[in-house]
Amino acid sequence: MELDKIEDNRLKLGKANQIVFAETLERLAANDKAIVVVTSDSRGSGKLVPFGEKYPQQIVEVGIAEQNLVGVSAGLASAGKKTFAVSPACFLSARALEQIKNDVAYSNNPVVLVGISAGVSYGALGTTHHSLHDFAALRAINNITIIAPADNFETEQVVLNAVNFGSPLYIRLGKKNMPSLNEENKNFEIGKGRIVKEGNDLTIIATGETVYPAWLAAQKLEDQDGLRAKVVSMHTIKPLDIRLLDELGEEGKPILTVEEHMVHGGLGEACASYLLQNGFNNPFSLIGIPDEYTVTGSQLEIFNHYGISGEGIYAKCKKMLLPTQ
Amino acid sequence: MIMTDKELKLKSVILRRNLLKYIYKAKAGHTGGSLSCIDILNVLYNSVLNVDPKDFGNPNRDRYIQSKGHCVEALFATLADRGFFPESDLETLCAYRSHYIGHPTKKVHGVEQNTGALGHGLPICVGEAIAAKLDNKSHRIFTLLGDGELPEGSNWEAFLAASHYKLDNLYAILDNNKQQITGANNEVMNTDSIREKLESFGWAVKEVDGHNVAELQDVLDNGPFETGKPNFIIAHTVKGKGVSYMEGVLKWHHGVPSEEQYAMAQQELREAEALI
Ligand SMILES: Cc1ncc(C[n+]2csc(CCOP(=O)(O)OP(=O)(O)O)c2C)c(N)n1
Ligand SMILES: [Mg+2]
Repeated sequence: MELDKIEDNRLKLGKANQIVFAETLERLAANDKAIVVVTSDSRGSGKLVPFGEKYPQQIVEVGIAEQNLVGVSAGLASAGKKTFAVSPACFLSARALEQIKNDVAYSNNPVVLVGISAGVSYGALGTTHHSLHDFAALRAINNITIIAPADNFETEQVVLNAVNFGSPLYIRLGKKNMPSLNEENKNFEIGKGRIVKEGNDLTIIATGETVYPAWLAAQKLEDQDGLRAKVVSMHTIKPLDIRLLDELGEEGKPILTVEEHMVHGGLGEACASYLLQNGFNNPFSLIGIPDEYTVTGSQLEIFNHYGISGEGIYAKCKKMLLPTQ
Repeated sequence: MIMTDKELKLKSVILRRNLLKYIYKAKAGHTGGSLSCIDILNVLYNSVLNVDPKDFGNPNRDRYIQSKGHCVEALFATLADRGFFPESDLETLCAYRSHYIGHPTKKVHGVEQNTGALGHGLPICVGEAIAAKLDNKSHRIFTLLGDGELPEGSNWEAFLAASHYKLDNLYAILDNNKQQITGANNEVMNTDSIREKLESFGWAVKEVDGHNVAELQDVLDNGPFETGKPNFIIAHTVKGKGVSYMEGVLKWHHGVPSEEQYAMAQQELREAEALI
């Protein structure tokens, strides 16, 4: 699987989600002077250099100081600025966790925290630069919405929604070019999973940049085995779309979750917990990064190593559907 | 193992050539900041630090913890040259399953701590330095900070603690190349008057030309500057030093040279070597 190339010519390759984020915000900032971006020597990786040049009055630079980034953002938001704090997801969600918990979430200052180059996007820069903990850390904090858009369409929608969201929000973005998934389905609502492929033999619930390999797996199941997998982009990790989980639970078909996150505390465990507590006993499996010293390599190599690939997800689906084979 | 001035100068050129080779091969790396700190690393490992690749576990060894972990290519080049591991290992830099990744990790022989998130090296050094004092040991603890790294609050917490505990066995070296990713330090977040700031925090401060190996050796190996005070060395450096088209040019923070640029850089360094 190549994330930068298109594996399947039914899909069209788009831009990196973090570029779409920056472009959308730039567009909005033209007519909304309350929008302020806060960066920590991160405007280059956040693709916000043009934003800074166009709107120097709407960007605040704090230097390499992520705790200050979030604290300052809380103050700006409290004073009525529509504040986007943009920094690599690894530092934003670990270094500044207490500022997120107290100054943003607990004090209810509506900062939009934008974690860029998330998950293992930074590849061979290693564990210091990976954010495999952010869903878990932030899920354990009250009053923050967590979103990981899958493709350019979802990213644009998240940014449009974020500007006037009015309460704490975390958006997790990657830097790989992403294909658009299911261009016909223009339904986007925060808190509602988006179906990117229909099917009724099993369901793959994925999030962020892993929705694409989930789609590839589903397509292969259809092409090679005549099996139909439903693929859900569960862009909102919190609050979870429990209506959709109720429906999937009722269907009783196997459910596989996929995420670019440690297996602890992320999308998979959130889904499993809801399903179990509500009496559903669908066959259930979870793909993520295991609790071990993360293998080294590029994002793609790490994905392939842990089966977060079209092939890996396909193999797992086959096992769930045909356990004896 | 003390090197002569001439030997150190030659070594600096060789290390520059080597680190560029690894970056070029891996198609990744922090070029500018590795070139700005390589003379410091050269002097540390070849004439200051009491460390031995064959006895690295010795509790009395001097410690070097690189806080500006992104310049790992400078560290790897120096460690390989000092015989901590075969140079050929670096052919796997950033490759799948290699322990030679884009930041220092303890999986590599000779690396003290896993760094890469900025603002972590100094607090760890404070702990090492307190432990050495508690155990009545005389080894020294060194760290290398980036100037863009200074705004991290953890550094200032550690500046206080180091002076509070009178850690004159601690040496913090600032790679003062005046740039970070976005631009000049004093445009991104002003840290001017760093000498006065540190002195007011109770540190003894010296300034050196961070590319002058004799000066570096003199300052780094003859501490403490004042009994009972932690040592701060402002090393005035140039980002990209040694490759003229990279010097002071922002994009070389993590720029990787093209084939032609790589050849030019190696040529310039060969010429520099011939003049020593
Ligand atoms: C906590 C943290 N925030 C951000 C980064 C990303 N980052 C890596 S290098 C760098 C710039 C560092 O500038 P400086 O300290 O001056 O290093 P040098 O110029 O010596 O390369 C940044 C922002 C990081 N590694 N760690
Ligand atoms: Mg610098």
